[in-house]
Amino acid sequence: MISRSFRSLHRGPFPGLKGQIGLAYAFVEREIALSKRYWAWEIVWIVYGIVTSLSVTYIALAAPAISGGSVDESAVSRFVLYLLIGTIAWRFLGIIFDNISEVIAWERWEGTIEYTFMSPVPRLTHLLGMCIATLVRAAVFSVVTLLAIALFVPVDLSHANAVSALALFVVGVLAFVGLGLATAAFPLMWPEKGLQMSYIVQAVVLLVSGVYYPVDVLPAWLRMLSAISPATYVIRGMRSALMDGADVATLWPEIWPALVVGVLSIPLGLRLFLAVEAYAKRTGRLKRSG
Amino acid sequence: MKVAIDTAPRPRETPPPTTRDALVAAHVTKTFRSQKEMRRAVDSVSLRVARGEIYGLLGANGSGKSTLIRVFSTLLLPDAGSVTVFGHDVRAEELAVKRLINRVSVEASFFKKLSAMENLVYSGRLYGVAPDEARAKAQTILRRLGIAADRFNEPLEKLSRGMQQKVAIARAFITTPMLLLLDEPTTGLDIRSKREVQTFVRDLRLEHDATILLTTHDLDEAERLADRIGILHDGRLVAEGTTDELRAQFGASALEEVFMTATGRRLEDADEAEGTVT
Repeated sequence: MISRSFRSLHRGPFPGLKGQIGLAYAFVEREIALSKRYWAWEIVWIVYGIVTSLSVTYIALAAPAISGGSVDESAVSRFVLYLLIGTIAWRFLGIIFDNISEVIAWERWEGTIEYTFMSPVPRLTHLLGMCIATLVRAAVFSVVTLLAIALFVPVDLSHANAVSALALFVVGVLAFVGLGLATAAFPLMWPEKGLQMSYIVQAVVLLVSGVYYPVDVLPAWLRMLSAISPATYVIRGMRSALMDGADVATLWPEIWPALVVGVLSIPLGLRLFLAVEAYAKRTGRLKRSG
Repeated sequence: MKVAIDTAPRPRETPPPTTRDALVAAHVTKTFRSQKEMRRAVDSVSLRVARGEIYGLLGANGSGKSTLIRVFSTLLLPDAGSVTVFGHDVRAEELAVKRLINRVSVEASFFKKLSAMENLVYSGRLYGVAPDEARAKAQTILRRLGIAADRFNEPLEKLSRGMQQKVAIARAFITTPMLLLLDEPTTGLDIRSKREVQTFVRDLRLEHDATILLTTHDLDEAERLADRIGILHDGRLVAEGTTDELRAQFGASALEEVFMTATGRRLEDADEAEGTVT
């Protein structure tokens, strides 16, 4: 009787790589289903993104009028592209940062955090699934925003080096996934204030990373933060790739610092997340209410 | 008048796990600390749940029931003591334990905008249940629990509290847990829903090879469902046995009397005094 019972206890081996991909896909599928159910909010975010990006871009078109001087047409066109690259790249990286850093806060808000953390899914697989879902969302939002802006503003990408731009996007993704993982732990550590703290981090990164202006205009003490923000290198490199056609070799000074941040921040962010999860389990913070 | 807890009969020491043990907790202790206070929620609790058994953990609000369940379900680490689920240590073999358990809590806890079916298929995926299999199982269980098929695809937020709780039970059962932790599953339900859930739990125990740990502060529910009952008071297990054993042990004619003698309080009074669930 006992041996028969214990045979049924055997649940097979732990899922291998294919099984882990299937588990990670559960989170992608869930996020897609949630996007469908929250479709009105998704439209709000897309429209808001288009409008803010477009507003920033119009500043460039209005440069001659604002400056009161003569700005030639090619300079205006370059200024448009300068701001457009900054706003789209920031939108893309910002969505990655936002969504990953909200992994805990969102589950707590829905009330599902205990069930997610109780399920037999390794944390790495869970976070991988959320990162994939986030990348899909960020890519869709950014492409839609870019296409919408192209309807209003002339965008000259004739000198663009697509390979270099892609390389910078990949590096930017790695860096921001790492930063997002680290800040995702904040709401576990500080249930009441953790998410607010991650928004502060994001705001500071926006300020110091040269999204809308060269970082040279910042005071010296803020430029120290620029030097450690991966967005500084990604956005500056992206401008060189898309405006001047710089190749990967030329962009290496921009690529390697962001790559270092990504390579270091992902394992460190994951380690921090796991450590904070253990802390939350010791202190009783892993629950649906803060 | 409060009876000194130490004078109450104490359960015997928990033996080491055997092949028949679904859950073994030995001297589990958990204290919560805040800037204002330090509160011992669970105080050296030892208990053993045999495979296939329904074990009822009876206690007032704040007695430590939910804290214990959270320890058993790997959501909370004990300060001291050990817990094994089918021989797997909840701390050292967390993932193995997670594959064997599931839990129904007092709050339904779903993605409210997703439908019952979407939530169940998602939950099934997390436990390696293929979507088609999860859908088929979900339909069967939801129908048995009295939920009409036309409600399966409605957002959960549009279902009543009772229906949401039934979906929560379906979520636990589609993963065929070896150990099911039911944390006050019928709290807040109307009489009819409560009876349906209780009948379902009892039927499924007979049909499946599941062990159930049920926490409740409903004496009638504990007596109706549980093979054995443990009474938890101020974080300590102050009595344990079958209903008949407890009655004989305390010279009582009803479980309510057993509870009063073991804890020094009526269950309703203790609930009112504590106010909050932990």
